[in-house]
Parts: sequence; structure tokens; C-alpha cells
Amino acid sequence: MTQLRALIYRNTKLYFKDKGMFFTSLITPMVLMLLYVTFLANVYRDSFASAAPEGISGNYIDALVAGEVVSSLLAVSCVTVSFCCNLLMVQDKACGNRADLTIAPVKNKTLALGYYIATLVSSSVICLIATALGFGYIATMGWYLSMADVLLILADVFLLVMFGTALSSVIGFFLSTLGQLSAVGTVVSSAYGFLCGAYMPISQFSEGLQKVIKLLPGTYGTVLTRYHCTRGVFEKMQEAGMPQQYVQNLMRSIDCRIEIGQTAVSAPVMYLILGTTVCVLIGAYIFMNQRKAKE
Amino acid sequence: MRPIIEIEHLNKSFGEIRAIQDLSFQVCEGELFAFLGVNGAGKSTTIHILCGQLAHDSGSVVIDGCRVDKHAEAIKRELGVVYQSSVLDKPLTVRDNLKTRAALYGLTGRAFEERLKELADLLSFGDILKRTVGKLSGGQRRRIDIARALIHKPKILILDEPTTGLDPQTRKLLWQVISGLRRSERMTVFLTTHYMQEAADADNVVILDHGRLVAQGSPLELKNRYTGDFVTIYGAQETQIKALNVPYEVLRDAIRVSVANTAAVTQMILANPTLFHDYEVTKGNMDDVFLAATGKKLTGGEKK
Repeated sequence: MTQLRALIYRNTKLYFKDKGMFFTSLITPMVLMLLYVTFLANVYRDSFASAAPEGISGNYIDALVAGEVVSSLLAVSCVTVSFCCNLLMVQDKACGNRADLTIAPVKNKTLALGYYIATLVSSSVICLIATALGFGYIATMGWYLSMADVLLILADVFLLVMFGTALSSVIGFFLSTLGQLSAVGTVVSSAYGFLCGAYMPISQFSEGLQKVIKLLPGTYGTVLTRYHCTRGVFEKMQEAGMPQQYVQNLMRSIDCRIEIGQTAVSAPVMYLILGTTVCVLIGAYIFMNQRKAKE
Repeated sequence: MRPIIEIEHLNKSFGEIRAIQDLSFQVCEGELFAFLGVNGAGKSTTIHILCGQLAHDSGSVVIDGCRVDKHAEAIKRELGVVYQSSVLDKPLTVRDNLKTRAALYGLTGRAFEERLKELADLLSFGDILKRTVGKLSGGQRRRIDIARALIHKPKILILDEPTTGLDPQTRKLLWQVISGLRRSERMTVFLTTHYMQEAADADNVVILDHGRLVAQGSPLELKNRYTGDFVTIYGAQETQIKALNVPYEVLRDAIRVSVANTAAVTQMILANPTLFHDYEVTKGNMDDVFLAATGKKLTGGEKK
């Protein structure tokens, strides 16, 4: 435990002291926020308003847009920020620091856990700040979140960060230079937002592509976050007398509801899928490090 | 003296490249052991195998009675390593760097603080504990590298070209500290270096070439085996030296002749008293040993 604590402390401190690494990890959330607030939010608003029945309150539309924007931002950032925070693992390999650490009597799995937990801590701090800012944005546009929703959103963020950290750790295991990680990070940052339905709702894709995307665990993280960010609005809309069918269709169109065949995947099942994936990825990461044979 | 490192018939290849070929030698406890060779001779590969970072193909490596391939964790507690390039974390302070390293050996709290003070006094870095490593000079960084290697009181200190790039004062300080530690704690020092003066002060020297051991012994044994004596004669003419029928080299203000041994020097001087009125006799140095044993100069590895 002493070794693990020391490694976590070292890795976390290095992340926050390295301004380059720190600001690189903020780029994705900031760019996304700019995109959403200046452009995509208007696209969503127009889209919801055009399909909405007469008499629907503008507050509901604004709150819905805010919920979608914030959930999309969080869904992508939790993963992309983790990739950036995990740069240290590859940097240590590239600079010889990792080899130097193995001179000490530290097991490979302890070293690996040190990187994982430190990245989890760093990413969580960044993403929780983004979540707080997101809540602020929702509050300005229309607050319909209950305390349960807030707590569940925080849980979703943490679970997505665990997922992003585990995924970046497994991928980073195979990389040995910063150039390689940078290339992977760029691909992940660009592609992940589409793959998880953050930039565009999955319902907009073709049937075939939807089937593929529904196989990806990250998709369920997006759906959970989106559902918890917009659940309150949909409840209010139903209370206000909006047609049930309209509300259900709207939920489906913005990925608050995902179906496999004709069956809706419930929230507990989505947590199970994401949680199991996290456990499998962490297990694989630790296993690979333990088995890392000397040359 | 009991051997603390025993290497027998060590072999290591990387594909078709045979990095180490049938290497065998011993290092005794408390010894200053110098490991010489040009770049690519196999020194770093040997060190990585000793540290348990690289598996060997065949042979045995035993450190303090434990095999490296079976008791890696126990052996790691007995080793401290200083690499040629510093691997300190530049954004962190000196204290943080040493604290992290100490914790990896289970040294925390008061025990760490006491050891830190000991090393700070020994290596004179008490005033820079709160400074980030990135702001230190090369000499200061090297002192912290050595402190980091010594934090857990290892039995064996491996120094991989530790004084390269340092000013003479810092180099002198480092060797004073290391010599002191060898005396007080019977610490064994395993050194690779390009500075022949450091190898000349060693108890035992091994010279590697293309992964093979080409020479081994104390500096005196190696000098006697591979070099003769040199006589530097001042105020002589080249024609006079030619008449001696020995190899010679014209220097700026003198001529240096090479003679097989001191006895031959004595005979030459007695036979030519008018020629030898202003001269000095020196034994061959480690540069000459290295050149004779490998056919190369150590710096840059140029062939003869």
C-alpha cells in the first residue's frame, strides 16, 4: 500500500504540475463546449421546436437542449480526458522512467495500478469540474433535475471516467512513444464522439451502424448520462399533458432510450454492461502487466 | 573477500546480435569494480540483467547468494543504480523525488526524514530540497541521482558513467562520498566509465569487447600484462632516439619511447648516459591497456 500510495501521489502530482499535459486534456471539453453552445445547441433547439406540439413551453425546449448538450459533453470528455491524463504512462516508458521504477522492488501490477488510479483521480477532477459547469449551464436554461438525478449523473460521470481510464490504459500498454499515444488520442477524440452518440444521436445513423454502436459499452454510458440529464424535463412535459407518444419518440430520438430489438435496455442493465466492461478492462490491464515478460 | 556478484557463462542475444557471449567474472564485497568497453560492448546489457530488468539466455547471475531469475525482489533491495542520464521527475521537488523513491523501499515517515538528512549532509544538497529538479544544475542533479540510489542503503551501487559531463569539483565530491561509503559501509561499487582515471583507481577491472571479456585483473596487473613503460626524454634529437631501435613518438617538447618493462628502461639508461639527462619514466596507463586489449580507444571507439 505504501508503494501504491507513493506512486499515485507521484503520478497525480506530475499530471497537475505538467501544464502541457493539463491543458491538453482540457482542449476537448472546451472545444466541444464552444461547438455546442455556439452551433449545435441551436440545431437541437430548432429540431425540438419544429417537432413539438403547439403550446409546449419554451422552458422545456431550452432545458432539453441543455440536458442534451451537457450529457454529450460529459460522455465524450470522460473518455478523451482520460486518454490525455494517461499520457504519463507512455511518457514514462519513452523516457526510461518506467524502467527505472522497475529497479525498485515494485511489482508490475502495483506500477500499473498506480498509473490507473492516478489517471482516475486526475480525470475525475477535470470531469467533475466540467459536470459542475454543466449543472450551471442547465440551471441557466431550465433546472428540472432532482437530487437523485444529480447523484446519478455524478455516478455516470465517475463510471465513464473509470471506463475511459481503463480503455486508455489497455491501449497505452501497447504504445511506447508519445507520438503513438498522440496519434491514438487524436483518433479517439475525433471518432469517439460519433461512436458513442455524443455528436449526433445514434438514432440518426443507419440501422446497420446502430447495431454496431449498440455493441460498444461507451454507448450505454452516453445513454445513461443523457437519460439522467433529461429525465426531469420529460417528466414535467408529461405532467403538463404532452402526448405520451411524443415524449417517447423524443426520448428515443435523442438516445435517452435504447432498444435491442423491441426491448428497451433498462438503466440497471446499462450499469451492468458498463461496470462489467470496466472490470474486464482493468483485469486485462493488470494481467498484461503481470505477464509482461522480460525480453 | 567473499564474492557478492558472481556471473558465470552469461549469454544474451537480441535476434542475431550476440550482446553478451560467455561472460564470467566475480565482484568481491566492498570492491570498486570497473567495467570498461566502447559503446555497444555489452556493458548496459549486463547492468540491465544484474538489475533484473532483462532476462538472460543462459548462464547464471548470483547476487549476494541469490539468483537474479529466482529472487529478483530480494536482490532489488540490495541494488542502487545511477544511470548516465538522470531519470528524476523534473516538475517535482528534490524532496518529492526522494520521498517517492524511498516509499518504494518502504521507507517513510521519521525513518525517511532521518535518512534524507543523512544524505543531504553527505552530498551537500540540504539547501535545494524544495527546489524543482528542472531548475537544478547538472552537478546538483547528479548529486540527487546518487542520493536517490543510496536512499535505501543498498549493498551494491551500480554507477553507469556517473560523472560524465560533470565539472571536476563535483566529480571529486562524488568520488569522496563513494569512497567514504565503501569504507564505512563496505558498499560494493560496480562502475562503468569512460574516464580512465576512475578505472585506474578500481580494485578490479573487466574489459568487454563485442560482448566478450577480453581482459580482467587489477589495474596494475593489466598494465604489466598489456603495456610496458614509457620514457619521456627532453632535449634529445630524433636521430639519437632512432639509434635506440625502440618505438617512439615525437611530442611537442620531447620524445617518448616505449620500452617493454622497467628493467629494460634501466639497462637503456645505463647504456646511454649522455642521452638520458632529462627524462621521466611512467608506466602505461589504462588507455594503453584498453588499446592493447581491444585495439580501440575508449572515447569514440576508434580502431587503432
